[in-house]
Amino acid sequence: MDYLNTIVQGVLLGGLYALYAAGLSLIFGVMRLINLAHGDLIVLAAFVLLAMVSALGLPLPVALLILLPFAFALGWGLQRFLLNRTLGDDILLPLLVTFGLQILIQNGLLVAFSADSRKLSLGALETQSVNLLGLSVGLVPLITFAVAVVVLGALSYIFYGTGLGRRLRATSDSTEVVQLMGVNPRVIFAIAMGISFVVLTIAAFFMGVRSNFDPSVGPARLLYAFEAVVIGGLGSLWGTLAGGIILGVAQAIGARINPEWQILAGHLVFLVFIIVRPRGLFPKQ
Amino acid sequence: MILRLAGVSKRFGAVVVADKIDLDVARGEALGIIGANGAGKSSLFNLITGVVTPDAGTVSLGGRDVTKVSLRNRCVAGIGRSFQIPRPFESLTVFENLLVASEYGREHGHRGANELCGSILERTGLAAQANTLAGKLTLLNRKRLEMARALATQPDIVLLDEIAGGLTEAECHELVAFIRQLNQEGVTIVWIEHVVHALLSVVSRLVVLEFGRKIADGEPHAVMNDPEVRRSYLGIDDEVAA
Repeated sequence: MDYLNTIVQGVLLGGLYALYAAGLSLIFGVMRLINLAHGDLIVLAAFVLLAMVSALGLPLPVALLILLPFAFALGWGLQRFLLNRTLGDDILLPLLVTFGLQILIQNGLLVAFSADSRKLSLGALETQSVNLLGLSVGLVPLITFAVAVVVLGALSYIFYGTGLGRRLRATSDSTEVVQLMGVNPRVIFAIAMGISFVVLTIAAFFMGVRSNFDPSVGPARLLYAFEAVVIGGLGSLWGTLAGGIILGVAQAIGARINPEWQILAGHLVFLVFIIVRPRGLFPKQ
Repeated sequence: MILRLAGVSKRFGAVVVADKIDLDVARGEALGIIGANGAGKSSLFNLITGVVTPDAGTVSLGGRDVTKVSLRNRCVAGIGRSFQIPRPFESLTVFENLLVASEYGREHGHRGANELCGSILERTGLAAQANTLAGKLTLLNRKRLEMARALATQPDIVLLDEIAGGLTEAECHELVAFIRQLNQEGVTIVWIEHVVHALLSVVSRLVVLEFGRKIADGEPHAVMNDPEVRRSYLGIDDEVAA
């Protein structure tokens, strides 16, 4: 029963990792851009939520709903006015720019919020649990997983069920040919980044509720997201959920054996995938 | 004139792909372009569509200078194009390939996009493959998709790059009938083709390129009998033969 509990906790943790990874996967899938600032943007969004709650006295879920459209606009603007200028034959340029952005965010957060550890609060909800398979499962981890499934389902619908999705996939196939069809890939990229920012803001909400955070934890979120994306298959949306779950279960089992092995176990599984199945479980063709 | 190239030149290092090319295409005309491999035919299409920027000269569409206009805006202005080596959106179905072109080509969010795409698929013989992923099509159907997708942008002028290669005689006959019909409907055609008999049964004017230079331009049969064209394109030297 203990091991079943460990696996269930690991699966639920995988939902959080899938939320970290979904935005990264979307951006890589559409424009082959690896956003090194992704983890720090999650932390930035968590601090913005914290500021909205403490300064305006808003309930946390309301703050999230208000922030989402602004997050889309920020992502759209960042891509339209900065990152689009870095895209081209040289893959080093967007890496360097997003790396610079990472440093900028970390230092900006240190100045604005100090290095103190913070947490977002959902009040009594955080301590509530439900009975699942005879196990007592925390409500917040369960909601996190359910939201991850809904977010990936929504992204999947956008991708495969809408005209925007057709243009996202066509642009992903060829930025040159799509222009000959009248599509402006720069606009498509900006919309994709806007969507990625919405998803990472949702991830920030659950990260902040489930764990402490400070300005230095972004790179670790990026690493978990990156590992989940690679394990699931580069550019595959549902693959990120599978990757997140594998990573979460590996960490939970590692922690069960020895608490110090939690993070290490996740990285080891990632390394095994890199060796045995480098294109991941569901690679984009 | 729907299309005018004036003194268009382009070189890649030592290779000249366009050498001071002047070309006028009248609205509703069907123009053929021939030339040996490497003559600069596909490069000419790249210059017209904006894939490549000329070193010198201008490209005008409907009297408007579009030399510095983006690929996307040239499509919106009415240029449709197929590629010699098909470049479909492989992760989209055949129908979705056309939808992308029709929704964004000339009229954003075209209300009748489904009907338009369905009709183009029927006319290009791709209706049975509508829901097939483009990446899984045979070469022949990929070529058909190239043309269908170009037409889905509802162009005023369509540039066709070697679409008859590999077709059977019957398929070629169908293709010729289709392009002729398109032209009669008012679409201006510029067609690069090595299958000369198919080309000559559609076009009313023929241009021959050699090493990026235009060496002949005129009535198709007269051009085909031009000694320089016979030497350059067919490898027949009339003086030696005599």
